[in-house]
Amino acid sequence: MERIPILRMGDFLLVTIQVDMHDRLAMTLQDDLTRQIVASNSRGVLIDISSLEMIDSFIGRMLSNISLMSNVLAAQTVVVGMQPAVAITLVELGMSMPGVRTALNVEKGMMLLRECLDSDDSEVEDDAS
Amino acid sequence: MMLLKSESLPIVSEQDIVRARQVARQWAIDLNFKLIDQTKFVTAVSELARNTLIYGRGGFMLLEAVEKDLRKGLRAVFEDRGPGIPDIEEALKDGFSTGNSLGLGLPGAKRLSNEFEIISQPGEGTRVTIARWT
Amino acid sequence: MNAPNHTGLPEIIKKHETDLLADWLKEQTALATRQQVSLKEGELKSQCSEFLRLLRKGTQGNNPDISTPEWAEMRELLTSVSRSRAQQGFTPTQTATFVFSFKKSLFIRLRKEFANNADALADETWTATNLLDELGLFTTEMFQKTREEVILRQQQGLLELSTPVVMLWEGILALPLIGILDSARTELVMQSLLQKIVETGASVAIIDITGVPTVDTLVAQHLLKTVTAARLMGADCFISGIRPQIAQTIVHLGVNLGDITTKANLKDALALAMKQSGLTVVNTKKLKEMAA
Repeated sequence: MERIPILRMGDFLLVTIQVDMHDRLAMTLQDDLTRQIVASNSRGVLIDISSLEMIDSFIGRMLSNISLMSNVLAAQTVVVGMQPAVAITLVELGMSMPGVRTALNVEKGMMLLRECLDSDDSEVEDDAS
Repeated sequence: MMLLKSESLPIVSEQDIVRARQVARQWAIDLNFKLIDQTKFVTAVSELARNTLIYGRGGFMLLEAVEKDLRKGLRAVFEDRGPGIPDIEEALKDGFSTGNSLGLGLPGAKRLSNEFEIISQPGEGTRVTIARWT
Repeated sequence: MNAPNHTGLPEIIKKHETDLLADWLKEQTALATRQQVSLKEGELKSQCSEFLRLLRKGTQGNNPDISTPEWAEMRELLTSVSRSRAQQGFTPTQTATFVFSFKKSLFIRLRKEFANNADALADETWTATNLLDELGLFTTEMFQKTREEVILRQQQGLLELSTPVVMLWEGILALPLIGILDSARTELVMQSLLQKIVETGASVAIIDITGVPTVDTLVAQHLLKTVTAARLMGADCFISGIRPQIAQTIVHLGVNLGDITTKANLKDALALAMKQSGLTVVNTKKLKEMAA
């Protein structure tokens, strides 16, 4: 079966979506990712959507869900590289995806994930002291 | 209104939604739609094609390239023989859904289009027409 | 209105193609001299023979409605003819002459062909004149369209000129808006801002509306949408320079600027943007004084 590959980079998982996904493929990705987060004990997920030319409410919802689910699994998700036309269309569609963290590109997304993790860790240390 | 070309595509599987998007994108490019207009049209097509598949239990999309008052445009008609929509006004509200979705499909597609029309009879099916101009 | 079911035009054009072309070219050259325009002979000749070919093809379909697919090629030809004439500075009349000048040559042939049949002559003339009028009007319409496109392009150019996106600092963009914002201008400006964010990789953008006299609901909504879209792309967007009247309007209009970061002026917005990017400004003179 067709699948979107998930790369493991240290503590993080990286997904680059390059195909025009049909709905089931999007659902499979959601399943695979949540399973991977647990299996590899990942702290962060980076989803690169810079080659996506369109996001409709279904894919938008999948991205929101992945963010929420990863949170439950104690990992942060950052969606990176959304194209301007896609962003404008999503807003017009009525989706502002409030709970989703975003960054301009993979590099900035990685920085954001590290910051999130650092602040999480420092909170833990504070609690311990 | 002049009809430049038209094509009918079946919408009976998830792959057909992808196909509908791709054909719509190609036609929008051929008509020199700006990227933002291409994206808006294709997204509206995707939403409506999914509605046809899920709520209308399948149907077809008629895609037309048209010209009116010297402007070119794309029109897409989605037709199904599904259960129909009892309360159209309700269905056009953000967040209304009888299925397990966000309920943005219909109102969203309306916002993304320059023209929008919906005709539905309970028990007989639904026809949604959208158009977007260059 | 009652076009005959079958017109003899295609046969006549076929039979006399060479003569028609020669007559017509001569007619056009004469008219061109009178109208004091210069035509490129080779181009004109190929346009005319193409026109004849397509006229024959079109009339074969027996459909006098030139908006139908049978006439698609003809419409394309006339579009390109009027486009090139509009660009060469022809007037609408001079442009439409291309089609109308054909009448004379065609009618002479028709008269000879139907010398013994007055009814047929009347019918054919009626069909031909209707058709050529339609085609001539179409040419004028296309001429108009070309001109409108030029105007539109100029307007767009002006719009883009009037709203430059500037880089204040590495990673910080500013869009100073000046003048009246209508919906179309706001939309365009917003798109170019978002595009610039991608191009420069700037993570903060400031929209400064100090120079904007009024804001209506639509414009306020566009601002709101832009900020949301920028956030989806991964950039922060602040709005600065909201004057008291505009603040009042926004509240009266019931527009919720809820999550948007607003600052009274560009200076404060820049300070916030720099702080967020981890940048500080140091006054080296004061530092030296303190050290001394």
